[in-house]
Amino acid sequence: MSDSATQAAIEAVARQSYGRLIAYLAARSGDVASAEDALGDAFVAALERWPMDGIPQKPEAWLLHAARNRAIDAARRRQTQQEAEPILQQAAEEAQQIAEAHTIAEAKEHFPDERLKLLFVCAHPAIDAAARTPLMLQAVLGIDAARIASAFLVSPAAMAQRLVRAKNKIRAAAIPFCVPGPPEWEERVSFVLDAIYSAYTTGWESLNDSASTHHALAGEAIAIGRTLVSLMPTEPEARGLLALMLHCEARRAARYTSEGEFIPLDQQNPALWSRPLIEEAEAHLRTAATLHRLGRYQLEAAIQSIHASRAAPDRIDWPQILLLYEGLVRFAPGIGSLVGRAVALAQSGEPEAALRALEEIPAARVSDYQPYWAARAHVLQLLGRMADARRAYTRAAGLTDDPTLRTHLFQRSAQDA
Amino acid sequence: MKYALLVHATPEYFEQRNDAAALAAGRAYGEALIAAGVFVGGAGLDGPQSTTTVTVRDGKRHVHDGPYAETKEFLAGFGIIEVPNLDAALEWAARHPLADRFSVEVRPLLGSHFSASAPKPA
Repeated sequence: MSDSATQAAIEAVARQSYGRLIAYLAARSGDVASAEDALGDAFVAALERWPMDGIPQKPEAWLLHAARNRAIDAARRRQTQQEAEPILQQAAEEAQQIAEAHTIAEAKEHFPDERLKLLFVCAHPAIDAAARTPLMLQAVLGIDAARIASAFLVSPAAMAQRLVRAKNKIRAAAIPFCVPGPPEWEERVSFVLDAIYSAYTTGWESLNDSASTHHALAGEAIAIGRTLVSLMPTEPEARGLLALMLHCEARRAARYTSEGEFIPLDQQNPALWSRPLIEEAEAHLRTAATLHRLGRYQLEAAIQSIHASRAAPDRIDWPQILLLYEGLVRFAPGIGSLVGRAVALAQSGEPEAALRALEEIPAARVSDYQPYWAARAHVLQLLGRMADARRAYTRAAGLTDDPTLRTHLFQRSAQDA
Repeated sequence: MKYALLVHATPEYFEQRNDAAALAAGRAYGEALIAAGVFVGGAGLDGPQSTTTVTVRDGKRHVHDGPYAETKEFLAGFGIIEVPNLDAALEWAARHPLADRFSVEVRPLLGSHFSASAPKPA
C-alpha cells in the first residue's frame, strides 16, 4: 500500500473516531493529556505499521490497543508496580477484548461511546471558563492548539498553556468522567452548550444576529452539536442549540455579494439560503418543542426561524421576534440579547423605546461592543438624529475587525433613513 | 498593562494611504480607542523616504537618509494602549484597519519611565 493511501486512511479514522478514542481512554484513566499522548503515539505506530501490514479490519480497535500499550508503559514509568498493578491489569484486559472483538456490535460493547462524559468534563465548572471551548475542540476533534489560538485571537503560547493547565486540573482535581444527574443536570448541560456555541460564534461580529463573518470554527461546532444531540436526544436545549447554528449556517452563501460585499440579514436573498440546513434546523426545533422545556437556545433558534420564514425583506414578523426576545432576556440577559431586543423594538415601530432600552445597558459593557453601536446608529437614524447616528456608525466601524462590515457601516452612515 | 501596536506596511501603502476610505477607517479606529478609554498615545508615520537615521559610533555621529535597515515592510504607525491583558490587546490589534492587509505587532511596554503611575524599578 502507498504511503499516501495509508495517510488518507489514518486521517479518515482520525476524523471519525478521534473523540471516541480519546474519550474512551481518558474516561478510564481520568487523564486527558496522557490519553492524547498515547493516541498520538498510536497514530505514529499506525503510520509505521499499516503501509507494511495493510489497514487493519478494525482500525479503531488497533489504535486503541496500541494506545493502551503506550499508556501502560507510561503508567509503569510513573507509578510503583504495586499501585499500578490492578489498573494495568484491567486496562490490558480491556484492550485485549477490543482487539479480539469479532463483530462491530461486539466491538461497540467493549468500546462504548464515552464522548458525552468527555464533553461534561471539558465544560466542568472547575475548569477556567476561557479554557472550556478550546479544551473541547482539542479533546473531541483533535484540533491543534495553534489553530484554536488564531480562532480565539489568543497567542499560541498562551493557548497551549491554558490547555495544559486545564488538563492538569482534570487529573489533579480528579474531575469525574460521568454524566451528571438530575439536580445539577440543567446547569451542567448549559455549560456544555455554551462551550459549543462559543466555538460557533468565535471570530464572529454582527449587526443584530450571529450571521456575519469569519466562521473559523463553525463547521467544527456544528459537528459537536450533532454529536451532542445524538448522545442526548431528549434534551431540548441541545436541539435548540443545533437548530440555532444550522439556521445561521444556512445563510453562509447569502452573506456576501460576488464582490465580497457584506449583506445584512434583512437584505439577503432567501433563494441563496440552504434549504436542507433550514429544514434540519426546523425538525430539531419541532422535536425540542415536544419535550416541553423552553430555554435560551430554543428561543434564539426560534428567532432565526422567523427570519428564515420571511417572504420578503419588509415582511419580517418583528412583533413576534420582539416577543421571543422578551423571553430570551429573561433566560439569558446577556448584552447580545439586550441589543437584539432593542433592534426588535425599533423594527416593530418603537424607536424611542428602542433607544431607551439601549441606554439602560451600562456604558462600561458596551464600550468595545460593536453590535451595540451599529444598533444604536440604526435607531438614531430612524429617529432622524442623523449627526448622532453618524457618530455611532463611526464608533461601530472602529470596533469591527471585518473590513467588509466596516465598509458596510460607512455606507449605512452615509445613507439617510 | 500597556502595549504597543506597531503597524508594518509595504512601501506601496505609503503612496496610497490618503484615500478617503482609508482615512475614515483610521479615524474611526482612533475614535473607538479613545471612546473605550484604552488609548494612551500614537500616530501614523510618514513614509520611509522621509526618514533620517542617526547613529553615534566611537564618538562619531553618522546621519543617513532612509530607515535604519532596508526591509520589505516599514513602520507605518504606532499606538500605545492600556488594557487588562494580552488577549484584549490582540483584539484591538485585529480591529486595526490595516490588519487585513499588513501586520500589527503587539508588544508589552517595559516598566515605563514615561508614566507617572508606573511602579518604580526595584
